[in-house]
Amino acid sequence: MDETRRPAAAARAFWTLAAAGAAVLALALGAAHYMELHGHVVTGMSNQVVWGLPHVFAIFLIVAASGALNVASIASVFGEADYKPLSPLSVLLTVALLAGGLLVLVLDLGRPERLVVAATHYNFRSIFAWNMILYNGLFAICALYLWALLERRLAPLAKPVGLAAFAWRVILTTGTGSIFGFLVARQAYASGVIAPLFIALSLAWGLAAFHLAQAFFARLAGEAMDAAMLVRVRRLLGIFVVAALYFVAVHHLTNLYWAKQAAFERFILVGGAPYPALFWIGFVGLGSLVPLALLFHPRFAGARATSVAAALVALGAFAFLYVFIIGGQVFPLEIFPGYEARSAFHDGRVGSYAPSLPEFLLGTGGLAAAFLVALVGARALPILPAAAPAIPAAAAK
Amino acid sequence: MAMAGFPRGSLRPALAAALLLGAVAAGAGALAAGPSLDPARAGPCVEDPKLMRRSHMDFLKHDRDDTVRRGIRPAKHSLAGCVDCHANAKDGRVLGSDGHFCQGCHSYAAVKLDCFDCHAATARPAQTASAVPGAAR
Amino acid sequence: MNPVDKRRREFLGGAAALAGAMIAPGVFLYDYAQAKAPGEPASGKVRWGMLVDTTKCESGCNDCVVACNTEHGLPEATRATDAQWIRKVELKDLRSGKAISAPVMCQHCAEPPCVDVCPTGASFKREDGIVLVDRHTCIGCRYCMMACPYNARSFVHEPTTGQKPDVPRGKGCVESCTLCVHKVDRGGTPSCVEACAAAGHEAILFGDLNDPQSEISRRIASVATTQLRADLRTDNGVRYRGL
Ligand code: SF4
Repeated sequence: MDETRRPAAAARAFWTLAAAGAAVLALALGAAHYMELHGHVVTGMSNQVVWGLPHVFAIFLIVAASGALNVASIASVFGEADYKPLSPLSVLLTVALLAGGLLVLVLDLGRPERLVVAATHYNFRSIFAWNMILYNGLFAICALYLWALLERRLAPLAKPVGLAAFAWRVILTTGTGSIFGFLVARQAYASGVIAPLFIALSLAWGLAAFHLAQAFFARLAGEAMDAAMLVRVRRLLGIFVVAALYFVAVHHLTNLYWAKQAAFERFILVGGAPYPALFWIGFVGLGSLVPLALLFHPRFAGARATSVAAALVALGAFAFLYVFIIGGQVFPLEIFPGYEARSAFHDGRVGSYAPSLPEFLLGTGGLAAAFLVALVGARALPILPAAAPAIPAAAAK
Repeated sequence: MAMAGFPRGSLRPALAAALLLGAVAAGAGALAAGPSLDPARAGPCVEDPKLMRRSHMDFLKHDRDDTVRRGIRPAKHSLAGCVDCHANAKDGRVLGSDGHFCQGCHSYAAVKLDCFDCHAATARPAQTASAVPGAAR
Repeated sequence: MNPVDKRRREFLGGAAALAGAMIAPGVFLYDYAQAKAPGEPASGKVRWGMLVDTTKCESGCNDCVVACNTEHGLPEATRATDAQWIRKVELKDLRSGKAISAPVMCQHCAEPPCVDVCPTGASFKREDGIVLVDRHTCIGCRYCMMACPYNARSFVHEPTTGQKPDVPRGKGCVESCTLCVHKVDRGGTPSCVEACAAAGHEAILFGDLNDPQSEISRRIASVATTQLRADLRTDNGVRYRGL
């Protein structure tokens, strides 16, 4: 590209992308308003499936947010200097994804206008209340971390703050997993494996998101990605995907071992369309095995194949969460062991769920919000490594 | 209007001044008069009406926690109690027009009223209205 | 109300309390001997509960459900988004094939999972064991519905109309059986219990589980009863006979 025209072109690209993101976000706000006006009756959710598509998006964003800190952690906690220039992007991405996820979660509440109630009334026995504290704490820590990374005088702070961020996000993902893991009454969730499973998933999804962001900004800047770095990211992502698969397998195998859960496992893994297809084809096949092939086979060593792999991992995440969250709820609760139950309120019957357009728009709004925060952050702050100066903000004015 | 015969050029500022004065006067008059409300069932209030006008929401909030959380029933300041007394004499409701007690005053004061998104805005039939104001100390 | 009426009411109230005190001890009305005086807070000495006798509950009878809907101003449930505070469950014993019918509602657990998970404390347990949602602080996150082992809760999916003065309810909050708290606080009995008795079944008994002399306590002491999902150790206030 012509060097002199670059800033102008970059500015145009920035504004076009920002406008697109804002448009998707505006649609989501409209959808949320519509849901608020008419009530959740306009969604696919019901008294049996109380958490739906918005929660799939929200949990994806929140879990990926904590994983996106990987790169910064590797640099400051494990002292890998090569990763250091990428740390600011990693931290910014965490903030962006977390903001997007929380936005969806809040706008899906039955009474979103009562957020101030949630902020002033805490039930400290509730893992949910703890999570709110953890999420807000992560914002604060990330802000400080970013500052320490960008301001040379604060450089000595980077390491301790990075360590705190690392510890904080491990706790946070444990907390997110525990939202489900503590639901003792539900066959789908009551399990101690869920917390480590969520940590493994966060590593894979967060790194996939990070790679996609990095590739996106490099493309915007017309730069090639650092080849040595690419090799490392590919290997790491592959390892994380394997780790996630391993924990998913452990989760299902332990469930199968408990006779009580066998019926549920049969439902999710074999019988209950569409969940087995989403699980095997969506998560295991397209979301894990294909990316593994792309990441480990020397034939696909390029940046493009890596991006495809990362995108597939994210897609697989959605399939996994759909099965986990919605499949886990449509399966009836076992209230009367030893009896066949029937009633007008879900007893003994597999429920149904069909997501509606407003829910979908709300979910994509979370993605758009994350995108916007990352885009604006990268333009306003010297986030991107000098090797790939993406959009020089000052010059573009 | 009395100013109709003035030359056109000088009409504008005078008219503006008159309008302004009129508005202020009307405002003051309305403030003194308060909202105009239809007759209600009424009776003596559980508190001094002046105090009630200023602090009813605090009383209600306090007693709502007493009732919901601690099971104190009847409460002296219960919303259902307000409705029983202040319901419009014609239709037994506190909402419906600016002549109705709750809606009238709230729209006069331009304060959002959302109690009745959930609470019934209709008075209870007289014999079941056991939570009568003043019945509990 | 005019002052004469008021005085008369207060006089009658006092007289009734006096009469109650004289008749009550162990003679009759003992299930309500623990009922609190008007204006008193709920007491931790009492634990309200119910005993559902499945041997008396008639298959296909829906009277308790209808009574609950009427009492609380709930529209008849036709869709998966409609509220159901109480439902009739038809059961078949997988071994013997025996058919059983029973109502299921909020079990008013001593250790309620909904209360544990609620982020704002909107879900709470009263001193006397009744589990409620404070709709003023519920943000509608539905986490309590995920946590409830009994599917006892409903989310209000639509704007509401026709609320009863004693039962406010509105869009965006979670709700469930209140054990007719507004009646119990005035010395009354839950509507489902009354309706079942009126239908001649008497399959639901209401009373104080803490009072060894109450009819419900004596019945529980003399016949085999169970709590749903006793393995979860939620210690339900609703007990079942014949399950
Ligand atoms: S829906 Fe309401 S009552 Fe239930 S957990 Fe959330 S805030 Fe608490």
